[in-house]
Amino acid sequence: MSEQDEDQIPMMQKLLDNPFILLFLGVATPSLLYLIWGIMEIVSIPLAK
Amino acid sequence: MDNQQFRVCPDTGLKFFRSAEALMKANAVAAVVFLLVGGIYGLGVGLTRWPAVHLLQADQFYLALTAHGINVLLFWCIFFEIAVLYFCSSVLLGCRLAAPKVAWAGFALMLIGALMNNYVVLQGNASVMFTSYAPMEAPPLFYLSLILFAVGALFGCFVFFGTLVIAKNEKTYEGSVPLVTFGAITAAIIAVFTIVSGAIILIPTLAWSVGLISHIDSLMYRLVWWAFGHSSQQINIAAQIAVWYAIASIVFGAKPMSEKVSRMAFLLYILFLQLASAHHLLVDPGVSSEFKMFNTSYAMYLAVMASMIHGLTVPGSIEAAQRAHGFNSGFFEWLRKAPWGNPTFSGMFISLIGFGFLGGITGVVMGAEQINIIVHNTLYVPGHFHATVVLGTTLAFMAFTYWLVPILFRRELIMKGLASWQPYLFGLGMSGVALFMMGAGTLGVPRRHYDISFSGTGGIVHEFPAAANTLMALNGLSVLLAVIGGASFCIIIVGSLLFGKKLGENEKCSVSMITAPPAEEAYEGIGKGPITVPGTLVLAMIFFVSFAVYYFINWKYLAETWGIG
Repeated sequence: MSEQDEDQIPMMQKLLDNPFILLFLGVATPSLLYLIWGIMEIVSIPLAK
Repeated sequence: MDNQQFRVCPDTGLKFFRSAEALMKANAVAAVVFLLVGGIYGLGVGLTRWPAVHLLQADQFYLALTAHGINVLLFWCIFFEIAVLYFCSSVLLGCRLAAPKVAWAGFALMLIGALMNNYVVLQGNASVMFTSYAPMEAPPLFYLSLILFAVGALFGCFVFFGTLVIAKNEKTYEGSVPLVTFGAITAAIIAVFTIVSGAIILIPTLAWSVGLISHIDSLMYRLVWWAFGHSSQQINIAAQIAVWYAIASIVFGAKPMSEKVSRMAFLLYILFLQLASAHHLLVDPGVSSEFKMFNTSYAMYLAVMASMIHGLTVPGSIEAAQRAHGFNSGFFEWLRKAPWGNPTFSGMFISLIGFGFLGGITGVVMGAEQINIIVHNTLYVPGHFHATVVLGTTLAFMAFTYWLVPILFRRELIMKGLASWQPYLFGLGMSGVALFMMGAGTLGVPRRHYDISFSGTGGIVHEFPAAANTLMALNGLSVLLAVIGGASFCIIIVGSLLFGKKLGENEKCSVSMITAPPAEEAYEGIGKGPITVPGTLVLAMIFFVSFAVYYFINWKYLAETWGIG
């Protein structure tokens, strides 16, 4: 595939064709929205006195 | 590349890299062995929950429940998925496998972990169940075994990603990877998140069990553990859907209705499927409603939408291919004339219907914070995941195995008559298990309890409606049917590997193993008017109506639980 052909590939297809960007997104998204958010909420619970 | 390292399948033309082939065989065999072990424990669990039989004592029941859950939810599924990852990378892309020695090391770690876990659980003091909630403590070997298994599986994922790099660098394919491989990429990505989450919680829990740490916060444990425990089932879903697409292509020569739409649906899985873990925390007091509702009722619906897309495009692609093959009359000639005696197809289709109607719809009910409360921690939950993981994933993997035996293991199937019935036995039995457990759960029967009459609990008395006992008995009968179906599968597969007719390297199987795709022009004018797949649209409408009716029935149950006025 020539460089010119590669330039014509849509952005979304480039994303879907790159397993390592997908790997990053697939680990970062649930880490942020589930793990980190959840952990922050639990550690911010005040301790009983 | 030395051609001696490859074998070309005479039936399909697929290129098998010999190291990958040996690894796929090892992982697939290990998977079936652990399915057999887990199934035997499952029989014990099912017969104990049947009030009239009540087979096991309490301590035996919790041991069996622990061993059943871990053997089938983790060991069977993940061993098979590693085989699927190697198939979807090395075989489908026609390239060598990256680092076979690392792959074998991963397999060894997984096997040691799985054997160690069974040993520890059988000792009787690790009956902490699949969830192993802290502060309920198991011996250190229990946590170590799970960590070893997870690290081994992570090795398998790295080998898979390495193989993708090799295929790209060696230009063994052009353009994008096949859709089935893309589904496997989705499964591998979810697996990496799952395994890392498992390490985050299981390593400190191991340290706690050996006395290096004084305390594990139970709420923190539940939050992080479910990123491992629930996401491990999401690996199954992604792999199972990759298998659906593969079988549609193998049996019918079907092509995806829209590659773009299917890939976008997999992307939604990559981004949002793991967030469904939060529905296990819907009654936990330590996390906010914002956290719960975003992760379940908002983000999870994007993953649900992705499942519905796959549920539409897989049968849609089959319908289009069947119509192109000439079965173009009426709404359902394509379905009537499908090869229902071929277990690869029937298993896959029952998996699709069961996963959608029983597993999918009930999953959404459990993911809605308000109506989740009706069934939270009841038998409804195992009912739901027997519809997804067993009726959906396990049956899809069984269906694929029938195809893999001659293609990968070069053996003819034995007992083909029984094999053609097996998906129906297992599918019917497991549908009953799912439905009757969900029915009992709706009546309030708790999960993880060996005796719904609460005998021996020091005076706790609770009378469930009489229907609950009937449903538990029907569940027991369904377990028996499912076990007959599962045992038939194990006998057919193990028997075929040991006694099936050996196929020479260039000898074709006695039956056709792959269907050529219809010519492009055969797709012209199929369907009814502008609608190319009218039968699938009718099925989709039935699904949506069932979904809406069942969803609102649960809101009515909720309204009756807390009456107004």
